[in-house]
Amino acid sequence: MKQGSSIVIDPVTRIEGHSKITLHLNEDGRVEEARFHVTQFRGFEKLCEGRPFYEMPSLMARICGICPVSHLIASAKACDSLLAVKIPPTADKLRRIFGLAQVTQSHALSLFHLSSPDLLLGMDADPATSNIFGVAQKNPELALDGIRLRQFGQRIIERLGGKRIHPAWIVPGGVSEPLTEANRDAILSALPDALAIAERTLEWFKSTMERFREEISVFGNFPTLFMGIVKKDNGLTFYDGKIRIVDASGHVVADDLDPTKYSDYIGEKVEPWSYLKSSYYKPNGFPDGIYRVGPLARLNVADRCGTPRADQELAEFHELQRTAVLSSFHYHHARLIEILYCIERLEQLLNDPEILSKHVRAVARPNELEGVGAAEAPRGTLFHHYKIDEQGLIRWVNLIIATGQNNLAMNRSVLQVAKHYVHGNRLTPGMLNRVEAVIRCYDPCLSCSTHALGQMQLQIQLLSPTGEVLDEVSRS
Amino acid sequence: MRQAAPVKTLKIDGRDLSGRQEETILDVARQNGIFIPRLCEMDGLSDVGACRLCLVEIKGQNKLLPACVTVVEEGMEVTTDSERLQGYRRMILELLFTERNHVCSVCVSNGHCEMQMLAQRLGITHVHFPYRYPKEEVDASHDRFVIDHNRCILCTRCVRVCDEIEGAHTWDIMGRGIDAKVITDLNEPWGSSETCTSCGKCIHVCPTGALFEKGRSVAEMLKRRQFLPYLTMMREENE
Repeated sequence: MKQGSSIVIDPVTRIEGHSKITLHLNEDGRVEEARFHVTQFRGFEKLCEGRPFYEMPSLMARICGICPVSHLIASAKACDSLLAVKIPPTADKLRRIFGLAQVTQSHALSLFHLSSPDLLLGMDADPATSNIFGVAQKNPELALDGIRLRQFGQRIIERLGGKRIHPAWIVPGGVSEPLTEANRDAILSALPDALAIAERTLEWFKSTMERFREEISVFGNFPTLFMGIVKKDNGLTFYDGKIRIVDASGHVVADDLDPTKYSDYIGEKVEPWSYLKSSYYKPNGFPDGIYRVGPLARLNVADRCGTPRADQELAEFHELQRTAVLSSFHYHHARLIEILYCIERLEQLLNDPEILSKHVRAVARPNELEGVGAAEAPRGTLFHHYKIDEQGLIRWVNLIIATGQNNLAMNRSVLQVAKHYVHGNRLTPGMLNRVEAVIRCYDPCLSCSTHALGQMQLQIQLLSPTGEVLDEVSRS
Repeated sequence: MRQAAPVKTLKIDGRDLSGRQEETILDVARQNGIFIPRLCEMDGLSDVGACRLCLVEIKGQNKLLPACVTVVEEGMEVTTDSERLQGYRRMILELLFTERNHVCSVCVSNGHCEMQMLAQRLGITHVHFPYRYPKEEVDASHDRFVIDHNRCILCTRCVRVCDEIEGAHTWDIMGRGIDAKVITDLNEPWGSSETCTSCGKCIHVCPTGALFEKGRSVAEMLKRRQFLPYLTMMREENE
C-alpha cells in the first residue's frame, strides 16, 4: 500500500465531497492543530444571478443529488416570501411529506451506506471491505434494511415529484400537482415495513454503543451551542418554525429567533485554507460562537417530537447525558430517532383529510424584493436568501448550508480525535478511519456546503512545526 | 367543372408519391407520414429555410436542399434520411447547443422542448464542439412574458407569427451572424414596446424555452400550437 510518503487506499472513502486534513505537530511531536480543508468550489450564488426567481427551486436543487428536496424546500420558501403569499394548507403539508421522505432517505444513506461499516465492522476494519458490501456480507439483513429504507424515502419523492432526484414539483407558491389517492394509499401501505426497519435498526444501534465507549468520549465530545428550528410548542420540525439555540448545559440561550433574520445572529468567517466558510453565533464571537446543527442539535433543542415512538426514544436519548448530549458520535443515534419520527409523522400527514385537496398552489406576482427561506435539511438548518429586481430577476443570493455551520465543530472534532489517536510522526490506517468516522458523524455534504462540484477524496497531512510534511495519507 | 391543380409525381425514400405543384418536399413528406426534422418551419407560417435541419438529398444534385422551401418537381427522387444527412443534422444541433446557454435540466421547457426532443430523436448524447458560454440577457420587463436570449436559436418563428398572423411586427432580428438577436420594436425592453399586443402567440410558437409565460417554473411551459393553421385558414377565408 505504501508509495513513498503516501499511502493510497482504494476503494474511495465514504464522505460526500473533496477534502483534505492537515494535522500540525508541536515540537514534542504532539498534535497541536487540525484543519479540515474543503478544496472544492462551485459558486452557485453567482451563477444564478440574472435568472428569473421562479427557476430558483429547481436551479438550487442541482446543488445536491442527495438532498435536492431540502434545497427545493428552502428555496421555494424564499420564493414564497418574494411572492408574499401564504401557500395553501395542503401544499404546506405536501411539502412537509416531501421533506420527511427526504430526511428518511438521506439519513438512511448516511447511517447504512456510509457509517454502518464503521459501526458493524469496527474502526480498524480493512478499508477494502469497510463498505456497504462488507456490511452485506457480515449482516445481510442490516444492509438490505438500509437499501429498503432509502428506497422507501426515494419512492415517496418519486410518487409526489415524478422522479427521485431533482424533481421539479415544489414551486414558488406551493407544489405543481396534488397528491392522488392511489399514491397516498401506496405510501401508506409502505409505512409499516419502514417503521419496522427503523425500530430494529435503532435497537441494533443501541446494542452496539457499548463497543464504542472510547470513540464516544473523543468523537467531537466537547461543549458547543446547538441550533435548530422548533415548532411553536418547541417540538421537532423540519419545515417551519423559530430558531432555538441551547448551550452545552442544555439551557436555552436564544429562543423564538426569526429564521429570516439569520444575519443578525449568524456570522460567517472565511478561512484562507478552505472553501468552506465557518458559521458562528454572533453574540459569542468567533470562534467562541461555535455551534452544531443537524440531528444531534435538533434533538438537543427540541422538547418533544410529537409522535409516540419517537418521543419515547427522545426521552431515552436525553438521558444519555444530563446536559445537552455532547458527543458527535450520537449524531447516529439522533439520526435513527429522526427516521422514526419521520415515518410516524408521515402517517399523520397522509391521513389528514385535507391531503388530497386539489388546491395546492398560490399564484401571485413578486410583491417583495427580498426573501429568506429556512428549513431543516437532514444535515441541519438551511438558509436561502434572495434579492430580486423589479422584473423578478435574481440579483443577489446567499446560502448558508448545514455543513458550513458544523465546520468549526468538525475541525475541533478532527483535532480531538487526532490528539487521542495520533502519536509520533506516523499515520496509521486505524487513525485515518477514525478521523473519517468522526467527520461522517456530521454526514457533511461538501458539495452542498461549498455549493461545489467534486468527487470523493480525503487526504491527511501530518506537518512538523516548520511546516514540513512528515506523513501523508490519501484516498482517491 | 373545376380544373384540377397540376400534380407532380416524385419518389421520397423510395416511395412513389405525388403533390400539388406549389407544395414543398416537406409538405408531401408530412402528408405521407415521413419525418423530416426542422426547427424553424411551422405549419401556418411562411417558410424561411433558416435552421437547415430539413436538408434532403435529391438524386442528380450534389447540393443538399432544404425540404421546407424546395417545391416538388416531376420525377424528383428525394432521400430524407441517410448517414450523411444524419451527420449534418447532428452537427447543426450540436452547434445550436454550443452557441448559447441551453441548460435543459433547469429550463421551463424541459420535457416539452422541440430542440431537446429532436436531439433525443437524433441520438445526440454528447456535444463535440466547445461551448461558447456567451453572456446573454433575460428580458422580463413585459408584464406577462419573458424572453431568455440564452435559449434562443434564432428560428424567427416569433418574428413571423407576430408579423404574419398577429400583424403587429413587434419582433425582428438585429445584427448579423453570431451577433444576431431577436428584438422587440427598435431594441427596446419588451415591457415598453408600443406595438406588442400581448397576444402571446410568439410564446407558443417558440420551439425552446426562450419565450415563456412569467411565473412558469422548471418544465412547466407547455406550448399550444394547434391554433396556428386554424387561424391562418380563418383569415384566408375572411379575405
